[in-house]
Amino acid sequence: MYQASETINHKVETKMTENPLPGKRKSQLVDRNVRETVGQAKVPNFRMRCENVNVYYQFGEKKAINNVTLDIGKNEVIAMIGPSGCGKSTFIRCLNRMNDTIEGCRVEGTILLDDTDIYDKKIDVVPLRARIGMVFQKPNPFPKSIYDNIAYGPKIHGLVQNRQETDELVEQSLKRAGLWNEVKDRLTQPGTGLSGGQQQRLCIARTIAVNPEVILMDEPCSALDPIATAVIEDLIDELKKEYSIAIVTHSMQQASRVSQRTAFFHMGDLIEIGPTDQIFLSPLHQLTNDYITGRFG
Amino acid sequence: MTPTYILIILLLLSTAGYYLGRRRALAVVEGTGGPKVLHSRPVYYGALTALWCAVPTLFIFSFWLVCESTVITDMVLSKLPETIQSLPADRLNLVMNDIKNLVNGNIVSGEENADLQAAADYYQYLRSLSQGALFVLISVICIGAVSILQNRIRPELRARNHVERVIYYILIACSVLAIFTTIGIVLSVLYESIRFFKIIPVQDFLFGLKWSPQTAIRADQVGSSGAFGAIPVFIGTLLVSAIAMIVAVPVGLMSAIYLSEYANRKFRAYAKPLLEILAGIPTVVYGFFAALVVAPVIRDSGALMGLDISSESAMAAGLVMGVMIIPFVSSLSDDVINAVPQALRDGALSLGSTQSETIRHIVLPAALPGIVGGVLLAVSRAIGETMIVVMAAGLSANLTLNPLKTVTTVTVQIVTLLVGDQEFDSPKTLAAFALGLLLFVVTLILNVIALYVVRKYREQYE
Repeated sequence: MYQASETINHKVETKMTENPLPGKRKSQLVDRNVRETVGQAKVPNFRMRCENVNVYYQFGEKKAINNVTLDIGKNEVIAMIGPSGCGKSTFIRCLNRMNDTIEGCRVEGTILLDDTDIYDKKIDVVPLRARIGMVFQKPNPFPKSIYDNIAYGPKIHGLVQNRQETDELVEQSLKRAGLWNEVKDRLTQPGTGLSGGQQQRLCIARTIAVNPEVILMDEPCSALDPIATAVIEDLIDELKKEYSIAIVTHSMQQASRVSQRTAFFHMGDLIEIGPTDQIFLSPLHQLTNDYITGRFG
Repeated sequence: MTPTYILIILLLLSTAGYYLGRRRALAVVEGTGGPKVLHSRPVYYGALTALWCAVPTLFIFSFWLVCESTVITDMVLSKLPETIQSLPADRLNLVMNDIKNLVNGNIVSGEENADLQAAADYYQYLRSLSQGALFVLISVICIGAVSILQNRIRPELRARNHVERVIYYILIACSVLAIFTTIGIVLSVLYESIRFFKIIPVQDFLFGLKWSPQTAIRADQVGSSGAFGAIPVFIGTLLVSAIAMIVAVPVGLMSAIYLSEYANRKFRAYAKPLLEILAGIPTVVYGFFAALVVAPVIRDSGALMGLDISSESAMAAGLVMGVMIIPFVSSLSDDVINAVPQALRDGALSLGSTQSETIRHIVLPAALPGIVGGVLLAVSRAIGETMIVVMAAGLSANLTLNPLKTVTTVTVQIVTLLVGDQEFDSPKTLAAFALGLLLFVVTLILNVIALYVVRKYREQYE
């Protein structure tokens, strides 16, 4: 799927060449104590590039992310899986600097969006977050009308000049989120009155209304029923034509359904990264294998 | 055997009942499987016994205390000599008071004589008799209750359900008590107000533009005939409260926003209690601060600008009152702003709004019902505040909206009308009740309006 790229870790590279991918036996897997990333973390055609990212909480007392290097490609969906507390949510929140709001949290390393370092001192975080949108675990529509929920972002960024443009943008965003037909007759009603799945699609519509380049999704379906989940997954498939999407999920089925690449995190380390098929069918690392076969997690 | 002792004994008996009941419950199931055979846990059997002791005896106790005095007084009166009994009712009352004073060892109004002394002795005798009887009655009831329950306690006795039912009724009784107290206060104020309105027509009171409650008490006295127009007084209240709110709402709200959204945890941990100390300062301290510090400053700075400001002004009282209620607004707003879910802030921030946009567009609208509640509490506090206004705003009822003039408020007028020796049927005194009633109605209307606003807002957004 991807051409061979730069080597991140020589030891891993060696191991990978020693073990041809298909049909490996368990004994040939990378030992569970190896904490270096296995697999191709970098892609040539990246939208975001994270290099040697470390994250500390509680003013440096607790390390949540340990030396993670990972690329997010253009027009790809990358899934992040791993047991609870493995740092996947922390990592995804670094990508649009949402961790800035947490007192005592420190991020080290470089994270590039295209060619700009988003942690550079000269970077203003406000327009940055407009370029990297985020959808959260729990649907969080604002206590405003459906219309205002969508129109809010474009208004504060001056993307719309008058009522007519706003109307068009609201309609377009809701249509792309697959919500238009359900809410077009009640745009003035509060967004909090929608069902959980509709609320989450409203939040996605709200995010794409400000026309970001990357969309981060932090367990977007964990509060939803299977039907609503299926709708959102179709939506993600649709959205990847225009955006790069990073999705954190607890559901391995979901990761295998929506993503092209999958990253497996464990206790703050990125253990394995690779094409989704490979991660789920023939993982290289013992821990990945244990996790996807349900031994722990 | 005074009532206090009887009450203590009653509590001791109930406590003993608790332990006896619990022990009995455990003894009943001894050897047949232990406490798990019981329908309820053993404490409930104890509690049930204690309630059986305490509830009826407490009723009898309070009933007894209420009736005791009346019954004894009647009995003493009937023993008094004919000459005294034939006195008019108010004189008879005086005699009765003297007897009670004798009993308690206080000074009597008239001369002590043998008749009074005999009556006092009789009163004393009856009282100790009654208290002895009460003690015996209560003890008998407690012992009876314990022995009945000792026989009744069986594994299948649903002690928990009984106890919870009794607690349920106690809860109802407590809430009813609060309601009845309110009703009682309103009725008494209403009753006196109606007496006032029989002398002064309602429309004169409600729409009169002049307030001058001094009336001549005797025919030969020099004094005005009195004017009871409530409007100047209410304008004064509104003026002072408005100034206070103009100070308190912006300052309180903004400090709440700073504390909850911008300040780091350490600063907040110190600043919030410090701010709340403001609420702990007695209003009388604020009062002399207003009268001795703020009012002269305002007067002097006014003089510099060529304004003639009286040394007692609505401005001085309002400013200091505003400072006093800052912690109400700020503390309550801070709590509701903190209660706004972090998810909403994250949502707004992730769309690329700045922190101030997030606060103005998302957090404050979401917190508005709570903020309105806090502001309303502050308004009630401002309207009801007395001490600061007495000291700093003055007593003369000027009908003015100029904050640099002396004004007076409803609460101040009520205080001045009722302080000192007053006769209780002159319009001057009764006016206090009418003012109180009107103030009550105004505050009630304010609350209703605010509730309506809050509810409308909630319907729209939740």
